[in-house]
Amino acid sequence: MNATVAGADARTRLLPKGLGRAIDALTLLAIGALLVFGLVIAPPDRFQGDAQRIMYLHVPAAWAMYLAFFVTTLASVLWLVPRTRSMVWDRVAGSSAEIGLILTGLTLALGSLWGRPVWGVWWAWDARLVTTAVLFFLYLGLLALRAIPADPTVRARRSAITALIVFIDVPIVHFSVNWWRTLHQEATVFNPELNPQIEGTMALTLWIGVLAFTLLYLSLLDRRYRLATLEEGLAERELDAAIEARVAAASGSAS
Amino acid sequence: MSLLAEVRLVAAKDLRIEVRSRVLLAQVLPFGAIVVLLFAFALDPDRGILARVAPGLFWIAVLLAALLAIGRAFAVEQAHGARDGLRLAGLDPASVFLGKAAAIVVQLLVLEVVLGLAVVALYGVDLRGGAVLLAAAVAATLGLASTGTLYGVLAAGLRARETLLPLLLLPVLAPVMLGATRAFEDALDGATADAWPWVALLVVFALLYTGVGMLAFGPLWEDA
Repeated sequence: MNATVAGADARTRLLPKGLGRAIDALTLLAIGALLVFGLVIAPPDRFQGDAQRIMYLHVPAAWAMYLAFFVTTLASVLWLVPRTRSMVWDRVAGSSAEIGLILTGLTLALGSLWGRPVWGVWWAWDARLVTTAVLFFLYLGLLALRAIPADPTVRARRSAITALIVFIDVPIVHFSVNWWRTLHQEATVFNPELNPQIEGTMALTLWIGVLAFTLLYLSLLDRRYRLATLEEGLAERELDAAIEARVAAASGSAS
Repeated sequence: MSLLAEVRLVAAKDLRIEVRSRVLLAQVLPFGAIVVLLFAFALDPDRGILARVAPGLFWIAVLLAALLAIGRAFAVEQAHGARDGLRLAGLDPASVFLGKAAAIVVQLLVLEVVLGLAVVALYGVDLRGGAVLLAAAVAATLGLASTGTLYGVLAAGLRARETLLPLLLLPVLAPVMLGATRAFEDALDGATADAWPWVALLVVFALLYTGVGMLAFGPLWEDA
């Protein structure tokens, strides 16, 4: 039993243990730096005041969201290609989609919190907002499908195909929504000219945010992957235990 | 057998079931009609709102009824091992996909004509831009049917299919909803030049998902 633990450990992890630990540590470090830069060092925005500081979380969250969904797509393709097919890619696709969905929710919530003081509204029918909202539901559907128990291969196949169906839809949604809002909305409250050019400390803070969220994504992906493998192991053990109990009960009643 | 003959075979089978069971006529169509009626309760018919938002209401009614039609298209394969029979028939999965999608297209077009007439009569819409309306409706229906068939087979074997199908399908169909509504709006406003790009978008969507469906239907069909 003990001999298999080390081998099992290697199979339950996406990244080598040392690398995972290092990423965890760097994530904490980067988040700490982001807090200091975002809340203390970066100056308040001339037009938006302190509300602009939300951007140091909002923009990196949106970036990490795209990264997560891109990884889901890539992993789904790798699963579908027979030569690279492995349950590793199924777990990566599922884990990444889950983290991506959380990041999408975070992006929307943070954007809403920022929009209230700056635009005066919680929500606006801006193209990017609508696209992100649709994106949220697209991946929510994918995760609902993944949550349905099935044979691992069947589940992996339909999840991978659905991930591709969803991915193809993203540019069409983006394009159509953009078109809709530009064709039919004469006066827009979002004048790109009003966007202040960011530079210096503010840009640096934003880059630290991007780094922090990228590391956070990797750290969460590693953990979620491990959780997925452990869940699979648990299901197997429960099945074994149930069979044993059944056999024991049968032999007990026979004697 | 050629692809076209196989497609016709599968589509004819589904349509024959419909003609004999009349589920679309007796259940889905009345459902769409009551949705059209309910919109009038939600939006005061006296203030002229209904005529202005008629295109959007029409497509929402079609979309909701389409969910039922798609669910039905795969429910008929459940009974008496029909699915296994179809699988063993030696047909190309791509033609099964196209055949089932074609049957859904025919049913949805019937649905759209009836609901369209209801909307025109009940909401007081001035009908014009016929060519654009027709092109947009056909393109949107092809998109609805191709994605619907794809997700229909995906959800077919699942216990939670009734609830999962709308959740999977509606977000993917967001561009169809948007494109069809805008095209209809522009056509009814007499701005047909603005409507054609939306029709083009609907055509691209339909072609894309028909292609994906032909490729992906096989493996999904095996698992269902």
